[in-house]
Amino acid sequence: MTRLERLGWTAASILVGLSFLALWQYVAWRGLVSPVFLPGPDKAWAALADGFRSGVLTQRTLATLQRMFIGWVLASIGGVALGMLIGASPTARAYLGPTLEFIRPLPSSALIPIAIAFFGLSKSMVLGVVAFGSVWPMLLATIHGFAATEPRLLEVARILGLSRLQVIFRICLPNAMPDILAAMRLGLTVALILSVVGEILAFQGGLGSHILEASRAFRSPQLFAGVILLGAIGLVSNLILTVIEGRILRWRQP
Amino acid sequence: MKGLVLPLALLAVAELCARTLGIASDTLAAPSQILAACWDVIADGTLPLRAGQTILAALGGLALGGGLGLVLAIMLGLSTPLRRLLRFPIETLRPIPSIATLPIMLMVYGFGYRMEIAIVSFACFWPVLIIGQAAISGIEPRLLEVSRVLGLDFFARVTKVVLPAALPRLFIAFRQAAAVSLIVAVTAEIAMNPQGLGYELMAAQSSLRPATMFAMLVYIGLIGWSLNALLLLVQKHLFGFAAGSQVSP
Repeated sequence: MTRLERLGWTAASILVGLSFLALWQYVAWRGLVSPVFLPGPDKAWAALADGFRSGVLTQRTLATLQRMFIGWVLASIGGVALGMLIGASPTARAYLGPTLEFIRPLPSSALIPIAIAFFGLSKSMVLGVVAFGSVWPMLLATIHGFAATEPRLLEVARILGLSRLQVIFRICLPNAMPDILAAMRLGLTVALILSVVGEILAFQGGLGSHILEASRAFRSPQLFAGVILLGAIGLVSNLILTVIEGRILRWRQP
Repeated sequence: MKGLVLPLALLAVAELCARTLGIASDTLAAPSQILAACWDVIADGTLPLRAGQTILAALGGLALGGGLGLVLAIMLGLSTPLRRLLRFPIETLRPIPSIATLPIMLMVYGFGYRMEIAIVSFACFWPVLIIGQAAISGIEPRLLEVSRVLGLDFFARVTKVVLPAALPRLFIAFRQAAAVSLIVAVTAEIAMNPQGLGYELMAAQSSLRPATMFAMLVYIGLIGWSLNALLLLVQKHLFGFAAGSQVSP
């Protein structure tokens, strides 16, 4: 497919998206679905613009973004560091692996009641849940990446007389990098979800509280504005990470 | 065997601490108390009731969302222009966190099964659509040519050629969606919906019954783990290595 063709399909695809938007507007305008549940895109857009003009939405978006980002950074550092410690030692893998595999399918949100029991309904509780809950993808990916290191590379390293640290940072870590980066993308999604759930439960500001408040008051335009913003956060953060991932992993391309 | 050492040691230490220090806590419980609570919730019927609610909502959402996802995946997988045209709308809608739709569903359906099933199906729709579409568009083109030569109509082509050819990878999509369905169902219950295991977990926490809280956590983990193990077993039994060998799109 040539560049021009690709551009043409993208444009057509965006047009299809816009026509869905028009359909939504038509449905809302004709009142085919009760406006209590489904505001038109014009109303949702107005609520979005209003929220940003008054600063309420700006502040709440920033609160959610901050929570998600800090929690995710903490989880990434902690997950990769711990994963390296466990992954570098076959003994630690044998002892810890099964436990971690058992905990893995637990929904991260199930941590929330326990966190509430310990920390109460506070801001630090929400942050703790975000950090703790999104640590799993990174931790498991690092361990997995280390375990999957090509044995011949390790033999070469031994012959070259590399120290243990050198082996970890020059062979195992680059080897695990694709897994880790993919997991960090997943972890960011988890962090966003946990931020929203935490905000809904603890009512600590942010977009989670915003959409809950709006739905309780049946203010659907504000609710849709919040959901659109959350979708945009997910979309943009994922795009940024995909670009970074491509940059970092460029050496893998032949 | 080695894998059992750590959890058992941790449990023993926790039990010892609780016994010797005599902690009477609102947030922690001794393993023996949790074990007792695990039995109690079975005996008094709480667990069957709550687990049934969660599983029903998860399965309902999986069937609805996964079914819709599969239908769209077949259409997009078989038609390249359609796939290109819908890329933008799909890529913009997909990143919406499923839990963000919770207040919308709450407003539309109120508390109960319908709201939870709606959220779960939103969450299950995407993995089935994305993996399924890749699986179907990756089918050996000659199979489709043969079906065209044989003069099969669209329905026969889908049921006799497309679905069997893509089945191993469709099963992987289904397995992922099943894991998602349980997680989202429990999350919706923890966040809002007053039914199911997630609600019981929250209720135990807010009424300061830590033993019951941890017992619920154990069961949630157990159900998720056995669901995954069961589906893995089925996958291995049905497809053997075929499922693994076709992973690359």
